[in-house]
Amino acid sequence: MLEIKDLHVKLDEEDKQILKGVNLTVPTGKVHAIMGPNGSGKSTLSYVLAGREGYEVTQGSATLDGVDLLDLDPEERAAEGLFLAFQYPVEIPGVSNMTFLRTAVNAQRKARGEEPLSATDFLKLVRAKAKALKIDADMLKRPVNVGFSGGEKKRNEILQMAILAPKMCILDETDSGLDVDAMKLVAEGVNALRAPDRSFLVITHYQRLLDHIEPDVVHIMADGRIVKTGGPELALEVEHNGYADILEEFA
Amino acid sequence: MAVAKAKSAGLEERLAACPVPAGGRWISAARKAAVARLQAMGLPDRRDEYWRFTRPDALNSASPAPAAVFENSEKPVFDDIDRLKLVFTDGRFDAAASDDPVLAGVEITRLEEAAKSDIHWARDLYGVLEEAGQTPVARPFAALNTACATDGILIRVSGRVNRPISLVYNHKSDASDVNLHHIIQLEEGAEMTLLENGPGAARFSKVLEVDIAKGASFHHIRAQGRDHERLAITHLFVRLAEESRFKSFTLTANGRLTRNEAVITFTGDNAVAHVAGAALGDGDFHHDDTVFVTHDAETCESRQVFKKVLRNGAVGVFQGKILVKPGAQKTDGYQMSQALMLDDDSQFLAKPELEIYADDVICSHGSTTGAIDEEAFFYLRSRGVPAKTAEDLLVLAFLATALEEIEDAAIAEDMRSRLEGWLERRR
Ligand SMILES: Nc1ncnc2c1ncn2[C@@H]1O[C@H](COP(=O)(O)OP(=O)(O)OP(=O)(O)O)[C@@H](O)[C@H]1O
Ligand SMILES: [Mg+2]
Repeated sequence: MLEIKDLHVKLDEEDKQILKGVNLTVPTGKVHAIMGPNGSGKSTLSYVLAGREGYEVTQGSATLDGVDLLDLDPEERAAEGLFLAFQYPVEIPGVSNMTFLRTAVNAQRKARGEEPLSATDFLKLVRAKAKALKIDADMLKRPVNVGFSGGEKKRNEILQMAILAPKMCILDETDSGLDVDAMKLVAEGVNALRAPDRSFLVITHYQRLLDHIEPDVVHIMADGRIVKTGGPELALEVEHNGYADILEEFA
Repeated sequence: MAVAKAKSAGLEERLAACPVPAGGRWISAARKAAVARLQAMGLPDRRDEYWRFTRPDALNSASPAPAAVFENSEKPVFDDIDRLKLVFTDGRFDAAASDDPVLAGVEITRLEEAAKSDIHWARDLYGVLEEAGQTPVARPFAALNTACATDGILIRVSGRVNRPISLVYNHKSDASDVNLHHIIQLEEGAEMTLLENGPGAARFSKVLEVDIAKGASFHHIRAQGRDHERLAITHLFVRLAEESRFKSFTLTANGRLTRNEAVITFTGDNAVAHVAGAALGDGDFHHDDTVFVTHDAETCESRQVFKKVLRNGAVGVFQGKILVKPGAQKTDGYQMSQALMLDDDSQFLAKPELEIYADDVICSHGSTTGAIDEEAFFYLRSRGVPAKTAEDLLVLAFLATALEEIEDAAIAEDMRSRLEGWLERRR
């Protein structure tokens, strides 16, 4: 269970408050969605949870199954089972996808006191997951995300998620830049991972992703806070009417 | 006038400390000519443009500062490579530690032996490529080396050599001051790989003159490492005839002062030369790559890729030039020098130059200084990769395009594992 309580975050460098008291709980096994206008703080929330530098938490807490995330290094959070599919996946020239994946998998296993995967077991795992996402072997030999199309980058995020099998998956606009077929693939990838011991926080602007990945709960974020929480119908409301009505209620 | 006088006084002392050895007619003539060249140019001083970034004092002094012999348990480079090994210890050929110098398609002679005769094939190369490389920029330590080198290896290659020849330079004495001079002649269509490794001496000067005939191919990989206090000044002079190929990769780790000069000249059309270097410096480390590529033929391709990883006040220098002579049309010249700074204390000084006198050429160059990419660093860590491992991965990624110049997969793997070892020891 991910529990965020009264989370206040400002930028390190300037006196700019971005998150102004976020309260959010994603119970184990559930899929929650966050929608909200551009600049409302959705990506910031996901970055702060993953441990990116540049932000200062001034108040509040965030825990995953009782473990204080904010106290941990990013790699420790990952080993605890947190995964962020980036809105803008990063290109890393000179590091092949395979090396990257293998290093990540085995580092997490080591952190959890497990044996590293053998080369063959690892290859088998990657091949199976890549096939399901229609990622060809050639792409895996290439440097991480370098020269990948927007859609390929997003699929690569889901591939990493499938291989690392985290317990808390945060997806930041994984649907943006995807064509209809790729969106289906990604949604299938996510749905295949749905499990009683795994939770999802899906950040999106569009109902169409939620058509495929049906959320249990939908939150609306505005100006650094969760301003409304409801069922899947809330996403439909946003789709039809935009945010104006919802924001007005809280103005 | 006063400057010239001071210079020549220093030179007399320097020459007195490494007397020109006696020898047969051919080598005596070459040595005498080299002394005359050296006297005309003098030793460098800090006002010399070519020595602006690297102080020559430690190379100028009559004798080197003692350099402790560095012992570690790491397996020497190239140990697992099937090769013909020729060992020099503090600059003297060590027959007991070397393989029998017999290899199909190759003629191998010690310089000390060849120097005794009055005539030798090496006469056409010994000091000849060095002399040609003295214009337009003087390289006094190369002339000094030609004048007083006592040992070295002369290799004439007539066929395709199936095993690399490996020159190993051991350092056993704290105060050794060494000049080694090698000649390699590749005849038409010949092929060979040369490996070099080891610190060599407290102060190590080495000249390698390589003549690559039509259609011949020369591959050179060297590792300069292990010793922390050593000084090295090396010169590589390469002349390429038509359709010949040359590839060189140097890995440098540690060393108080290293200056590697490479002087490469295309004299025949359609030849290819790639020189690359990866240097890792931590603390008291000064590493200088000085490269001069002259295109004096058509449709030749040259590529320079030099990368340095610096921390704790280490200094990296790159001086690289591509000179395209009139008529050297369809030249494809590329030069890249990059430094990755692991902290704010280190320094990278670069002087990239292009001088082009032909109109139909493609030449590009670039030089960058940067830190670890924070975005990539966070991305790796967010997947569970520990910070140090993430940094190492990004360092290796930074060096990748230099390592790619190694053609042999086993040797490339050996180099990569050295890099990993170096990084690991610094965690
Ligand atoms: N490093 C930063 N420097 C300056 N401003 C920042 C920084 N990071 C975030 N912000 C600002 O914080 C606000 C929230 O940004 P954030 O990226 O979290 O929004 P978002 O909800 O993800 O928007 P979108 O829907 O467009 O992706 C924006 O106004 C943004 O400009
Ligand atoms: Mg965003």
